[in-house]
Amino acid sequence: MSSRKFPAQPFKDKKFCIDFFKLMVRNRVLEERLIKMAKSSDGFFWIGGPGEESTNISLGLLVNKGHGLKHDFLHLHYRSNGVLLAMGQPMLDFIRQMRCVSTDPFSGGRNFVSHVCRRDWNIVPVTSTIETQFLMAPGTARAQMKLRKQDKDSGITVVIGGDAGTAEGDFASCLIWSSRPGEELPLLMIVTNNQYGISTPAGTQHGEKHIADRAKAFGIKCERADGVSPEKAWEAISEAMEYVREKGKPYLLELMVSRLYGHSSSSGANYIDGEECPIKSFEKKLLKNEWLSKAQIEKVWNDALEEAATAVATARSESWPDPSTVLDHSFANNQKAGLPGRDF
Amino acid sequence: MANMAQAIRLALHYGETHLGVTDIFGEDVGAPLGGVFTCTQGLKSTWNTPLDERGIIGTAIGLALAGGKPVAEIQFCDYIFNTIDLLKLAGNSCWSSNGQYPLSMVVMTPSGAGIHGSLYHSHSFDAWATRLAGWKVVMPSNPADAYGLMLAAIEDPNPVLFMAPKALIRVKGETLIAGEPASEKELKEMIDAPIGDARKGWKPKWPKLEFTPVELGKGSIARDGSDAVVVTYGRHVHIATKVADELASEGRGSVRVVDLRSLYPYDWNLISESLRNCGGRILFLNEDTEITNFGEHLLRRTIEEHYYELRARPRLIAGRHVPGVGLAPPLEDASIPQAAQIKEELTALLAERT
Repeated sequence: MSSRKFPAQPFKDKKFCIDFFKLMVRNRVLEERLIKMAKSSDGFFWIGGPGEESTNISLGLLVNKGHGLKHDFLHLHYRSNGVLLAMGQPMLDFIRQMRCVSTDPFSGGRNFVSHVCRRDWNIVPVTSTIETQFLMAPGTARAQMKLRKQDKDSGITVVIGGDAGTAEGDFASCLIWSSRPGEELPLLMIVTNNQYGISTPAGTQHGEKHIADRAKAFGIKCERADGVSPEKAWEAISEAMEYVREKGKPYLLELMVSRLYGHSSSSGANYIDGEECPIKSFEKKLLKNEWLSKAQIEKVWNDALEEAATAVATARSESWPDPSTVLDHSFANNQKAGLPGRDF
Repeated sequence: MANMAQAIRLALHYGETHLGVTDIFGEDVGAPLGGVFTCTQGLKSTWNTPLDERGIIGTAIGLALAGGKPVAEIQFCDYIFNTIDLLKLAGNSCWSSNGQYPLSMVVMTPSGAGIHGSLYHSHSFDAWATRLAGWKVVMPSNPADAYGLMLAAIEDPNPVLFMAPKALIRVKGETLIAGEPASEKELKEMIDAPIGDARKGWKPKWPKLEFTPVELGKGSIARDGSDAVVVTYGRHVHIATKVADELASEGRGSVRVVDLRSLYPYDWNLISESLRNCGGRILFLNEDTEITNFGEHLLRRTIEEHYYELRARPRLIAGRHVPGVGLAPPLEDASIPQAAQIKEELTALLAERT
């Protein structure tokens, strides 16, 4: 189960909805600030997940956070910043990674922004290689499956990727490896479907009606749901997680999401008209229920903007990694085995 | 004496009972076969996988991310090529996470020619492997070293690629592994799975083994000599040793043969010392293809660091740069360094005067 407690009907609960909304806003402000940094030479390449806030915040809140097999393992992709924000990661840390300063807690200034990693929360390194996380997830899930077979508590493994990546054979591998008879894995596969692979519409490349349908051939439970609406994303993810936790079996969840700023820096990272914004519709709900006034909503945005601005100022004051550290962590415990002639 | 397959099996048994090995897996690795080369017969942690090399390496990474200690097998290194991005990811996990996620995992795979394996059972992977930063890479030339190197690989907190020379997997050793019974027959009865129906319900009787790792990065001297040195590994240790013995008996010179055992990290101190003590004459030898061959790196370093100590032109003998190893014996022999070619080159090396 999640490491947090929630109301029985969370989206009828004023406090929960306001907290959820604040996280969505912080997520969006963070992504827009990262885009701005990339465009103004405050960093380099940007890639992220504006438009996927409902999915990411829901997942981050529902996860059983912690270290070790009793907690959930997360194999995220480069649109998952909101997951960590919801888990409690400060906005500053993502900005540090964009600035590639030595204080970047995910990679020490070595990797692109949104390539997160946090061992004490079972968040394994995000990779730029598409879909390889679907090959590694069966490994963490297998370790958890073995624990379950000993009647011990275990978390589940969650892997997430985009729709275009499902064209890789690695996605099919995950379906096969997670459903081996008698050794089914406690593995939740989430595909966020924004209907594009960089510039290529999915409909021009994929003949299958729904990605989720591919699970049916393996007897894997599957669902396709709206990932833009906070309520529907929450419901779909919580149901899927509950199934995997209870049954110890795999589940494929396809969530239809928006891609508000295109693929990445490579496509310009400009706002795309015509994509549905998860936050705007949620704002309307808060106003309609009189849970927040317009002024209060504006304050939520302003607070997030101030948090981002402060974070940028902090990160700007921090230094890039020292070049003398380039070999650090080539091997565990900084074992010496680096440049020939220098270390051995 | 144990053969290399038995030695690997003994090391894996020690690993799963003393060193925390959690999973030993790959295609046909589990019962009933126990590996196409029988390296995994009778082990308690083995399981069979789908025929999916990417899935095997990915799962090994996942198990290591979860804190396990997996040993994954790729049935032949000829089939490891489609996993190379995953090998890169395993190699950079510790570095890219700034030390958060080192991966303690072993991938073992048979490498090289010598079994008439045609195009896709004769590949070498050593030159490719040494380009995988973040990995340690080993290749034993005898069962005792296979045992010791596997123990060290399992114990190491980093990814280690263990390549077994295909042609040597059935070859018996010359020294007993610590704990191995002196009688080959007794060992066979203890740990080799019987054939046919008798295999059902069979369980091995493991000897009481000792922990005798071979330190990663330490080579050995397979044959000592003083006039020239051959630096090699795997199957060519034996071929070079045979040639060295012939040259000595013919009075043409005394040739040292260095068995690197570890390709990364490699024993540069032993190479340097050997060059200085063997008349400034050195030959690097391996069977991977010659363009961007690992031996070229060693050759370059030799020239940069020992140029003024060389008494003759340093040499490299490697496999021919052909797209595959042909099945017909004359084609394989023309692709892979053979004793005659090595003898000819060594004879010239010994005779050269600067």
